[in-house]
Amino acid sequence: MASAATVLFNGIAYGVLLFIMSVGLSVTMGMMNFVNLAQASLSMLGGYVVIAFTQSYGVPFLLSLPIAFVLVGLFTIVIERLVFRYFYGTDDLTQVLLTIGLVFMSIAVATYFWGPGYRGVDVPAWLTGQTDVFGLTLERYRIFLVIVGGLLSIVLIFGLERTRFGAMVRACVDNSRVANGCGLNTDLIFAITFAVGGGLAGLGGALSANLLGIDPNFPLRYLVYVLIIVSVGGMGTIGGTLIAGLALGIADVGGKYYFPEIGSFVIYAITALVMLWSPRGLLGRHQ
Amino acid sequence: MSVAQDTAAPPASRALGYFKRVARWHPLEYAFWLGLVAVYFVPDVNIILLGQILIWGLFAMSLDLLLGYRGIPSMGHAAFFGIGAYTAGFLGKYGWTEPLSGMLISMLVAGVIGLATGRLVQRVAGIALLMVTLSLNLIVYDVAHRVTWLTGGDDGLQGVVIQPVLGLFRFDIFGKTAYWYTLAVCFLLFLVARALVKSPWGLALLGARENPRRMIMLGAPVERSVTVAFAIAAAMAGAAGALLTQTTSFVSPPTLSFQRSADVLVILIIGGTARLYGAFIGAFVFLFMRDWLSAVSPVYWYFWIGLLLVVVVAFFRRGILPTIETALTRLRARQ
Repeated sequence: MASAATVLFNGIAYGVLLFIMSVGLSVTMGMMNFVNLAQASLSMLGGYVVIAFTQSYGVPFLLSLPIAFVLVGLFTIVIERLVFRYFYGTDDLTQVLLTIGLVFMSIAVATYFWGPGYRGVDVPAWLTGQTDVFGLTLERYRIFLVIVGGLLSIVLIFGLERTRFGAMVRACVDNSRVANGCGLNTDLIFAITFAVGGGLAGLGGALSANLLGIDPNFPLRYLVYVLIIVSVGGMGTIGGTLIAGLALGIADVGGKYYFPEIGSFVIYAITALVMLWSPRGLLGRHQ
Repeated sequence: MSVAQDTAAPPASRALGYFKRVARWHPLEYAFWLGLVAVYFVPDVNIILLGQILIWGLFAMSLDLLLGYRGIPSMGHAAFFGIGAYTAGFLGKYGWTEPLSGMLISMLVAGVIGLATGRLVQRVAGIALLMVTLSLNLIVYDVAHRVTWLTGGDDGLQGVVIQPVLGLFRFDIFGKTAYWYTLAVCFLLFLVARALVKSPWGLALLGARENPRRMIMLGAPVERSVTVAFAIAAAMAGAAGALLTQTTSFVSPPTLSFQRSADVLVILIIGGTARLYGAFIGAFVFLFMRDWLSAVSPVYWYFWIGLLLVVVVAFFRRGILPTIETALTRLRARQ
């Protein structure tokens, strides 16, 4: 029987996964106002990359994670240059429809290459099983997730708040026209940010392959959660995305464990209320 | 009527002349509806698919009032379709089996919920609006999915009984009565929608879409028009849902899924917004393509739907009908 603390911990681990999948979208949406529903497709791609590298080429799991990050990041640059950049100035609806179309295509392509079923990934023995921490029996993989998520949040927040490139990104989020006018190469900053965000989405998918499993409908299942996290947390804020991701993870796991009959109802209701109360999200910048 | 005549007349009759002129029926409009009557008599025509197309067309037309004429996108329009469908289903299951009054009650229920939704979101815009409508859609879906004792859950609502239309025309397995009933309801609601968008109210709706700030200066209730447009659009979507229930005697949760909300947006965008007819043409193209693609390529047909969406958004953002209109105008100008 799982204690409340274990449920809470599992929720946090799940929330960390959702955060890693969403954080790139949050920054790019804050920067370019570009609604990219295909973010969850990039996560799926990351998951398949890890599965392919560990199972077909015998690459160790830990090494396959950075490979997924880099490959999905590169793939994102290609898509950004070929498709997305032509749609930066268009309205929300156009972007939603465009990226939903891409999601549909990604599902069919994934079915073609990897089949319709669920695929899992083998993790090293030291990541499987359970271990006792402070008297709680926790799954090792989830502990690993929380550590990775914590490190990543620190790196991202430090990178965005304390580095020169982070300052450029923040300038673009606040006002890309003025940033451009001040001599920043906004096109390049957009592309790099897009690539890092896409790579993080891929990393999120790679990490979730073991816990959630990857199948072609992965994007449709997690698209809504990613959108909720980004909009509730506030576009362009890493802290808000982290809070919203953790809250959603805890609410989802806890809700399914303690109130299975209510289901996801509460999550959607809270989303609607937050959006009505503060359309720019909890920590979103007000203009 | 020439411009010189227009300016000579007093302002009131000038305005009247304007509305009379825009409300005039184009020959192609007669052809469109007569064609829908005539197609029934074509041998071997798939009348069931045509009925489905009309239902989707009506559903997309309801969204057109909101999105095309008022510029308010909704990612959760299937909620109203499903509410209409379930209302008609409950009525049919628990004894109210007369179809016409069942239709009106379904429209009323969907319309009232639409009014409340519109009141809720009338100040929200952009991503927040998309998220609120999406969340409301998901809530309604979740409820229908989980309250199995009432809705039958995934199995759908069984035992829906619908009496013959006007006590005369029984719903048959070939979908003949269903087609005529659907066509009649679609035509009536189309007339209502057409009258609305060609009226001063419709013009104010377009004004609020194009330049809300200026409309406020003119004293027009810009926010209230969102609420009213939501209510009307919801009622018509509810009618489309009720049509689906009454012609198939069955309702299940997919009637209010997010998938359906996305599909109806796609249909409207393919056909062209702010045209009313665009909704029906989009439904025709989308459903025929879906029917054909799922036969040709049963596993991967969604790839082609996705590609179609990307191509339409990238190259024909205005949709099929406006693209044809522009081409025709250009052709006429050359002659």
